[in-house]
Amino acid sequence: MSKVMVVTSGKGGVGKTTSSASLGAALAQAGQNVVVVDFDVGLRNLDLVMGAERRVVFDLVNVVQGDAKLPQALIRDKRLETLSLLPASQTRDKDALTEAGVGQVIEELRERFDWIVCDSPAGIEKGATLAMRFADVAVVVTNPEVSSVRDSDRIIGMLDSKTLRAEAGERLEKHLLLTRYDAARAARGEMMKVEDVLEILAIPLLGVVGESPDVLTASNLGCPVTLHNPASPAAKAYAQAARRLMGEDVAVKAPEPEKRGLMSRLFGRKAAAA
Amino acid sequence: MSILSFFTRNRSAPVARDRLQVLLAHERALGGRADLAAILQKEILEVIARHIPIDRDKVVVKLDRGDQVSTLEIDIEMPQEALARG
Repeated sequence: MSKVMVVTSGKGGVGKTTSSASLGAALAQAGQNVVVVDFDVGLRNLDLVMGAERRVVFDLVNVVQGDAKLPQALIRDKRLETLSLLPASQTRDKDALTEAGVGQVIEELRERFDWIVCDSPAGIEKGATLAMRFADVAVVVTNPEVSSVRDSDRIIGMLDSKTLRAEAGERLEKHLLLTRYDAARAARGEMMKVEDVLEILAIPLLGVVGESPDVLTASNLGCPVTLHNPASPAAKAYAQAARRLMGEDVAVKAPEPEKRGLMSRLFGRKAAAA
Repeated sequence: MSILSFFTRNRSAPVARDRLQVLLAHERALGGRADLAAILQKEILEVIARHIPIDRDKVVVKLDRGDQVSTLEIDIEMPQEALARG
């Protein structure tokens, strides 16, 4: 039984594309057959984050408009054979996508994959609404920061009204993925805590990914962090989130503030990080 | 992290810079037009289709853009009877 999962947020820059690539890779590493679909027509980046930017020939718009067959547009990951990418078009605009066309592509993808991960563009316009339209599961990516939480709330409202499942009165699984979390600052009261955001948004927690240099390294290299550095805290958080999505009962481990030694207290954060 | 690892650790920023330079050189050259690889692929298939029937589901197109050389690979399955006829 295939699942269509939208990764969305409303606000830009919170980590949708990074999370789509990392969750997709983590699901594929757990043996699932996964395709990650970029819905950001005109501003594609998933290809770059997944290291496939040199290999893009056809894209989602080509398939929707019948210029290419689906298998020709799918790019199989070189490191993980259960992971594929369907890139967005860089030269078209979002109006090139139609609901009927996207629906047909999703149906075709359902026959080939266990998971169809839809990486939504920022905003609440057509690209974002089409990315969520066919979803069975939604991952709402949020930073512990006021504007991100507000936009997430708006997106949750749209998930509850504008998706096919919502319109049919069916349940749409919604999960919160908190990213760029800084446990030390939360402990000092400088950043909202996990519980604060959970209380406001009131959807179940899928995972907490701490602010991490490993994530930047992974995107520099074009390799999802779960593949590049599986032992890193960010990769572990994504891997656990993937297991939870697969229905396993795994407790969510939030990052804890690091205990700082004398050296790091004297020389500040730099010394602790070096 | 030890002093040794400080000097030997892999730096990912140069990789990011190189990848972007190759990618953006291609995108700027295109300036919003359709990708040459896609056009070539379409026209090559049209030429072949004039002579033998092609099952479009069995056409595999692979592209690898390099900074110096790019390769376009088109894999077409040709049925025996088509070859015999040709």
